Amino acid sequence: MDALFLNQLFNGASLASLYLLAALGLALSFGLMRVINMAHGEMLMLGGYLAWMTLLVVPGALGILLAIPVAFIGAAAMGGFIQSTLIRHLSARPLDTLLATWGVSLILQQGARDLFGAIGVEVRAPEWLTGSFVAFGVTLPSARLFIIAIAALVLGGLALLLLKTRIGLLVRAVNQDRMMASASGIDVKRVDFTIFCLGSGVAGLAGVMLALLGPVTPNVGQSYIIPAFLVVVMGGLGSIIGTTASAIILGLFAALAQIFVDVSVAQMLLLVFVILFIQVRPQGVVAVKTRQLDA
Amino acid sequence: MPDLSRLSPLKPVLPWALLALGVAAPFALSSYDLNLLARFMAMGILALGLVLIWGHGGILSLGQGVFFGLGGYAIALHMKLADLPAGELPDFMVWSGRESLPFWWTPFASPAFTLAAIILLPTLAGALFAWAVFHRRVGGTYFALITQALSLAFATLIISRQDVTGGFNGLTDFYSIFGVGLASPGTGSMLYWITLTILCVAFVALRWLLASRFGILLRAARDGENRVRFLGYNPTPFKVAAFAIAAMLAGIGGALFTLHAGVVSPALIGVVPSIEMVVWVAIGGRYSLAGAIVGALLVNLARDAVSSAFPELWLYLMGALFIFVVTLLPRGLAGIAKGKAA
Repeated sequence: MDALFLNQLFNGASLASLYLLAALGLALSFGLMRVINMAHGEMLMLGGYLAWMTLLVVPGALGILLAIPVAFIGAAAMGGFIQSTLIRHLSARPLDTLLATWGVSLILQQGARDLFGAIGVEVRAPEWLTGSFVAFGVTLPSARLFIIAIAALVLGGLALLLLKTRIGLLVRAVNQDRMMASASGIDVKRVDFTIFCLGSGVAGLAGVMLALLGPVTPNVGQSYIIPAFLVVVMGGLGSIIGTTASAIILGLFAALAQIFVDVSVAQMLLLVFVILFIQVRPQGVVAVKTRQLDA
Repeated sequence: MPDLSRLSPLKPVLPWALLALGVAAPFALSSYDLNLLARFMAMGILALGLVLIWGHGGILSLGQGVFFGLGGYAIALHMKLADLPAGELPDFMVWSGRESLPFWWTPFASPAFTLAAIILLPTLAGALFAWAVFHRRVGGTYFALITQALSLAFATLIISRQDVTGGFNGLTDFYSIFGVGLASPGTGSMLYWITLTILCVAFVALRWLLASRFGILLRAARDGENRVRFLGYNPTPFKVAAFAIAAMLAGIGGALFTLHAGVVSPALIGVVPSIEMVVWVAIGGRYSLAGAIVGALLVNLARDAVSSAFPELWLYLMGALFIFVVTLLPRGLAGIAKGKAA
């Protein structure tokens, strides 16, 4: 195998990690509430700006590690605010939620443009993340390795949370049958809220990772969020395994396609791939069983 | 005879009042304002299609800009070629160092082909796309997300193919259409009358369509797709047909817009403009044809007024409009006129 192929394979893995971090929150709340938050991309942006601000306050090698919880909490708070003031009141109307949250997204982007400027800000990665390793004749930048590791950690943490804790049990119950869960005394609105905050927090964390790769601009989220939407479409309703699998497939596809065509054609091919995929498996990579008539 | 009165909340006064204003406009407005109005009316044609698919079909498309663009670029290609001395290349191709015309440009030299392309290209693209998604019973939110990805991919593709599409700047500097000079006196108002006529024809045709059995089935599929299946209908062809019609209207609107504006570019058809198109209809009233036209006119007028003076303010305003209309006024202005907020 040649170096270009291996190199793109590695890029695909780091792209898949970013898609995954961006899509996890979307997929979780989509599974619960059947709504998509179009302002989710701005949680990435928020995370990026929070990382930048944290590094202003705490420069040095470990600032970036502090930025991760800061961005997580900041984005989670913003997500919680959007959920409780807007999305909760629209939960029976998924398409309207889409439009209303797009409005939020426009306002947040313009707000960032006014606060931080349109050009964006640069986060200086600490020295231990600027180097690179060489393996199998391929240069592996540490920042990208770091991103892959963080994505794996988040995924593992989320899996533990969903499978081993009480809140995870409640989430799975609501995901399977919202009415029955509610009837058996689960406070479904609180579950919605918690998962929404969690998902937004993960997106904020993804924003820190984006900040390591390039400047944080007001529309930095936009370039990752539309592929993340496609990950959700392909993943299957609210399934973590499905979302992970489809993030990996799409990340690798996008990176490997770029061996043969340029970025813009790769983007078109990605869409064509998803449309072809739903011809074969319209229910997504992993189908969650449901008895609902109109899921 | 189906009851038409249920369909338009402002029956039948508003459509006639609008028509009267539309007929009076060329005598009252300056040629600059008339051109602006004609542009907005071309957008109104697209908005009518959104009432069909979104209001009555429950199909939210965040990619109408793609079909608008197909119509717009089709006519732009023709005008670029028509103004060209024989054997030469459009200016931007020369600048990007191209030696020959791409093969897919050549047929657009023919006016008949161009007219057919304006109508058929968006219609067929829309039908194919909608069929590919709907026949596997993927819809709702998924469909909206896929259409958004489509508009992103389309705009990116045009921008990156600078040498054959004009790239980010789009195509502009048109001088004549079908042998008529665009700058010559009378052309502006002639194009205005053509736009007004097409808008009226589209309005009447859609009104008829929405009152027909087709419209009833479309609404039934919107409210309970599986129930419609249990009754023995397959809703997919209806949804595909509705989407194709909306795409056709978007394409015609795009072509007319390009004629009036004198430019077509990715900035007019990408992700953000595509979703703005939905807000026109949301504000006017998604179930009302007349409301959609009013919405397209009002939002674009407001945009023109606000964004020239305060470009930053427009995005805040637009975001707030989205939130406000969707949460508090789901029937839009047409709902207020009818005395129902929700």
